Amino acid sequence: MENNKKVIIELDQVKRYFQVGSETVKALRGISFKIYEGEFVTIQGTSGSGKSTLLNQLGCLDTPTSGEYYLDGVPVKKMSKNQRAHLRNRKIGFVFQNYNLLPNTTSVENVELPLMYNNKYSAAQRREAAIKALQAVGLGDRLEHKSNQMSGGQMQRVAIARALVNTPAVILADEATGNLDTRTSFEMLVLFQKLHKDGHTIIFVTHNPDIARYSSRNIMLRDGKIREDTINTNIESAAEALAALPKPQDD
Amino acid sequence: MNIQNLIKVSIRAVFSNKMRSFLSMLGIIIGVAAVIAMMSIGQGSKESIRQELSTMGTNLLTVRPGADMRGGVRQDPSAMQTLKIEDYESIINEKKYVTYVSPEVTSGGQVIYGNNNTTTTIYGESPEYLQIKQWDVEKGDCFTEEDIKKSAKVCVVGKTIVDELFGENVDPIGKNIRFKSIPMKIIGVLKSKGYNSWGMDQDNVIIAPYTCVMKRIAAQTYFSSIVCSAITEELSDDAIDELTKILRRNHKIKDEDADDFTIRSQAEMMETLSSTMDTVTLILGIAAGFSLLIAGIGIMNIMLVSVTERTKEIGLRMAVGATGFVISVQFLIESIIISVTGGIFGVLLGIAASEWILPLFSMPSIVPLWSILLSFSVCVVIGVLFGYIPARKAANMDPIEAIRHE
Ligand SMILES: Nc1ncnc2c1ncn2[C@@H]1O[C@H](COP(=O)(O)OP(=O)(O)OP(=O)(O)O)[C@@H](O)[C@H]1O
Ligand SMILES: [Mg+2]
Repeated sequence: MENNKKVIIELDQVKRYFQVGSETVKALRGISFKIYEGEFVTIQGTSGSGKSTLLNQLGCLDTPTSGEYYLDGVPVKKMSKNQRAHLRNRKIGFVFQNYNLLPNTTSVENVELPLMYNNKYSAAQRREAAIKALQAVGLGDRLEHKSNQMSGGQMQRVAIARALVNTPAVILADEATGNLDTRTSFEMLVLFQKLHKDGHTIIFVTHNPDIARYSSRNIMLRDGKIREDTINTNIESAAEALAALPKPQDD
Repeated sequence: MNIQNLIKVSIRAVFSNKMRSFLSMLGIIIGVAAVIAMMSIGQGSKESIRQELSTMGTNLLTVRPGADMRGGVRQDPSAMQTLKIEDYESIINEKKYVTYVSPEVTSGGQVIYGNNNTTTTIYGESPEYLQIKQWDVEKGDCFTEEDIKKSAKVCVVGKTIVDELFGENVDPIGKNIRFKSIPMKIIGVLKSKGYNSWGMDQDNVIIAPYTCVMKRIAAQTYFSSIVCSAITEELSDDAIDELTKILRRNHKIKDEDADDFTIRSQAEMMETLSSTMDTVTLILGIAAGFSLLIAGIGIMNIMLVSVTERTKEIGLRMAVGATGFVISVQFLIESIIISVTGGIFGVLLGIAASEWILPLFSMPSIVPLWSILLSFSVCVVIGVLFGYIPARKAANMDPIEAIRHE
């Protein structure tokens, strides 16, 4: 592997068990891997294989039952709730399946949200950063549109801009294309590939196996364990795939 | 997130659901307005009673038989017969701080003229009574010392008596009326005073020489009271000392024994009344305060609904870095905004209501500043207190579950 690159994420025998009544659900049964700066990793697996549980660990929303997780060199397991909130604010960008934008709120304000919880930003700096992030996802002309005035694809772009705005160490996406049609899904993939090219580290959870073709690495989960971890040496261009799609019938 | 941003976010949340916010404010508005209106009614009636008492003369002193009754102990009837003619004479002869003196004997009953009759009270007084009460005779004259000596069957009457017995076009002066079958000649009519704030008609009186009332009507040798005026209000205490000394000597009371009479000054009456009215005000205020409590529960209810509805928003905010504390402050500010905005409108409504209601009862409209400050701070406290539980509920949410919430 690319040993000269900086390690952003390191998991060491991470286990996550849930106690449901008298039963113990073993959602993660010991996961270890490293993710380097600038990787575009897809995580795949059947439903219930533990993808979301893993992503919650990576996103510092949850702590492991056992094992250790280092984010950008910081051990997360022993952190308090507030420390993890702080870490999420500074080092992580989330993209959710159903966008999760604030209703009745403009794109800029939605994107500003993470910076609202960072006192280092002034109002002007916040706005500037938000506009830059929106321009990066191709929504420079939709700054003042409210969330209910936009298409699903546009809303997801706003959500991606929100994930970018705090210049996170890693962008985490859970089924970010799950609610979108094929064409719009490809548009998102084009965007993620662009972000990847720009140097962002991305972890993209999906149950669509085709998407692995466009990422630099693919991790397959099954029953809370890694079944396969492959580097993709032949990354396909999502832009080309998008161009090859049949044009929408608008005659 | 800094406090300004939190306030902005909260204001926005309040405005995004105008109807609901307004309805939960309504309880606070009504509650605060009620508190303020009650306070000003209490204070307004206190003030109007004070004004009335002071027009009656702030230097007025009343001597009553019997020991101080404020303890509430029942007294022997004979103890009520201690004020005698000798006491009156001693006061007249020795007074320095007292200007006017009038013994008082009263009797209630029916007064008749021709076919008309009415129920009234006859006051046996000395001619100085009208000076003490600062009361003028409008028509005719008051009786004189000469009438006192002769126990003359003459009287001055209030407007109500004239209206009841004679109607419009008859001159009552010189007419003979009968009180408990004793004929009394009207020699004067008193200037009208109207009703006092207890709703008593002050013009329904007959005033006659005390000697006449004592001998011919009440048939008693003692006075119901002696009313005096001190030189000024400031000298009331000296006048009380003087009267006490004279009466104790006359009644041969030993040094270690208590007075067998009670002297009350108008100033003291006013004090007592004021404190009674303060108690009334307080009770009214507490009653109105309960509506504020209910309003607070209403706010808590709305905030709980709001927190549940916005579970997803809370989850999102937490995911992007909001701590539970910041989330709870956001919701706390929201409930404070609702309660304080309601408080502001309530204060305005309360003031408007007081300005409108009080003059209807010809009371001076007084909205005490402290009642505004009090109800306002109560609003803040309500906002914090009843916002706390919903805010804590929001703060304790698990971001993973919250964000998945549908
Ligand atoms: N909070 C929880 N309490 C109990 N069990 C849980 C909890 N969260 C997840 N699980 C269990 O852990 C296992 C993995 O769930 P997870 O949500 O990670 O699957 P997934 O791979 O994301 O599936 P999908 O593709 O359907 O989203 C499942 O069996 C699930 O029932
Ligand atoms: Mg999942």
